[in-house]
Amino acid sequence: MKILVGYKRVVDYNVRIQVRPDGSGVVTEGVKQSANPFDEIALEEALRLREKGIATDVTVVGIGPADLTAHLRNGLAMGANRAIHVISATPVQPLTAARVLLKLVEREQPGLVILGKQAIDDDNNQTGQMLAALWGRPQATFASKVEISGNVARVTREVDAGLETLEVDLPAVITTDLRLNEPRFIKLPDIMKAKSKPIETIELAALGVESADHLKATGTAPPPRRQKGVMVRDVPELVAALKAKGLL
Amino acid sequence: MNTILIVAEHRDGKLNPATAKCVSCARAIGGAIHVLVLADAAGAIAAEAARLDGVGKVLVVERGENAHALAAVLAPQVAAAASDCTHLLAPSTTFGKDLLPRVAALRGVAQVSDIMAVDGAHAFQRPIYAGNAILRVEAPADALVIGTVRVASWPAVGTAAQAAPIEALQLDVVLPSHTRFVELRQGKNDRPDLQSASRVVSGGRGVGSAENFALIFKLADKLGAAVGASRAAVDAGYVPSDMQVGQTGKIIAPELYVAIGISGAIQHLTGIKDAGTIVAINKDAEAPIFEVADFGLVGDLFKLVPELEQALG
Ligand SMILES: Cc1cc2nc3c(=O)[nH]c(=O)nc-3n(C[C@H](O)[C@H](O)[C@H](O)COP(=O)(O)OP(=O)(O)OC[C@H]3O[C@@H](n4cnc5c(N)ncnc54)[C@H](O)[C@@H]3O)c2cc1C
Ligand SMILES: Nc1ncnc2c1ncn2[C@@H]1O[C@H](COP(=O)(O)O)[C@@H](O)[C@H]1O
Repeated sequence: MKILVGYKRVVDYNVRIQVRPDGSGVVTEGVKQSANPFDEIALEEALRLREKGIATDVTVVGIGPADLTAHLRNGLAMGANRAIHVISATPVQPLTAARVLLKLVEREQPGLVILGKQAIDDDNNQTGQMLAALWGRPQATFASKVEISGNVARVTREVDAGLETLEVDLPAVITTDLRLNEPRFIKLPDIMKAKSKPIETIELAALGVESADHLKATGTAPPPRRQKGVMVRDVPELVAALKAKGLL
Repeated sequence: MNTILIVAEHRDGKLNPATAKCVSCARAIGGAIHVLVLADAAGAIAAEAARLDGVGKVLVVERGENAHALAAVLAPQVAAAASDCTHLLAPSTTFGKDLLPRVAALRGVAQVSDIMAVDGAHAFQRPIYAGNAILRVEAPADALVIGTVRVASWPAVGTAAQAAPIEALQLDVVLPSHTRFVELRQGKNDRPDLQSASRVVSGGRGVGSAENFALIFKLADKLGAAVGASRAAVDAGYVPSDMQVGQTGKIIAPELYVAIGISGAIQHLTGIKDAGTIVAINKDAEAPIFEVADFGLVGDLFKLVPELEQALG
């Protein structure tokens, strides 16, 4: 079975985000970028399924600008067999990403597509669900445990009420939550090996998907800041302060 | 005029309070507000929904297949039910996040995730980058608007003097069988619900172990508070995952939030930005949590928390 993995590049989660003064977005120039943390988890899960003999081929997919190659090489260094780079000079919104992924799914016929539950730049949390709908296949979102036997995946999901377990027929889309696994580190020899692994590039326009932006961004602003409060010296002072505010 | 359809979230025959918050958002958009209840037995849920102030009509689809909220099963029904609407909303809980994008793709439209403010019938504000920036977006004026509602940004509506009418809805849609519910494991918990509690006490890695979390629970019980946790505390196995607060856990807006042994990483802070008053107890005076805390107390939690619990009488 083949597995397709979403492997998006985003501003690293440790970066302090700055909004551009003209409100046209956040500063991404000269800022550290990394794989979306949920996508590293997706790739790790796919690699483990290959190591168990359940998957044969793991392909990472990135939709983004021409310089995405170095990022995709990291996915190959982590262990993916190949990469597909769908070139799009401008960022794509989830519905477009899902339509692109559907094209690749139709061509590659994977048994499983594993995406992150959300990309931590736009925090949309949509693409996996949209792909599953367009493909007419099951979705198991927010996965914290995946077990495959034959043609069925049993997936435990982190939901508000606790842990929900679903059984889905394959092929299916799974989106990852943080506790699914801990991604491995890339070792130096793997970086060398990755150099000879194939990266296929496709122009987004060549896929024949409708890729107009659906939502128009009209401005970005910094969030309202909370007022810095006061330090209290001890517990009695804290209790008094809370009482004074009518909270106790 | 706008017709806004809200997908009700419910469990064990009860309406989730998140639905009443979606009604607030719908009122900000303006128009007729309908609530859609998909369930195997909808009676009590529909009756509750009909009492929400501002709701004009409750639509009910009762089918055995709707016993569990499986997105793949619910989505085609919601997509069909929304055919005469201008807007479709659901809460940005794991229920709504799972379901609505599937509906959006079936309808071929985009989704606005985590609506925190309404600027117009097609213009919204939403957080991006873990709440470190606020994006204004416009949805196309000629298409169905689909959005999840960031519940921490909206108050629940009150009770209406008169209940809205409840109507059964017949939908001619085929439901898939490729997705099956197996089980739901819930932590046994008779404390207030984390997402709707007015007081929350959370513990972080500083608490040190599952056993030590008893300190947090004891304080919470004194305050009548729900209990939350940082990701580090969940990852370390101190408490179950449904207690995680933050970007990838629950986004909450209690009147009082007490963070104990939590450093205040941005991913955690994004979950508590809308809290009324934040109290932080941490032994590190430089911890970022103190940047947002209304009242900060520096010291060892193993000494301070029992002392606080005592002081509350
Ligand atoms: C994609 C992504 C998503 C994430 N989502 C979330 C999320 O939803 N929620 C979340 O919380 N985190 C999230 N995180 C993790 C986040 O970055 C932090 O790692 C996490 O919040 C740290 O938890 P903590 O504050 O409990 O632990 P630490 O950062 O280790 O802090 C522990 C604190 O306890 C204090 N302490 C220790 N001992 C004592 C004592 N005896 N008395 C008093 N104080 C003491 C220390 O001074 C320290 O400040 C996410 C990370 C990523 C990458
Ligand atoms: N441009 C992209 N390139 C690769 N994968 C993507 C892209 N956009 C979305 N995805 C996948 O979809 C997941 C959810 O993204 P989102 O719906 O944008 O929050 C991500 O974690 C990725 O796995």
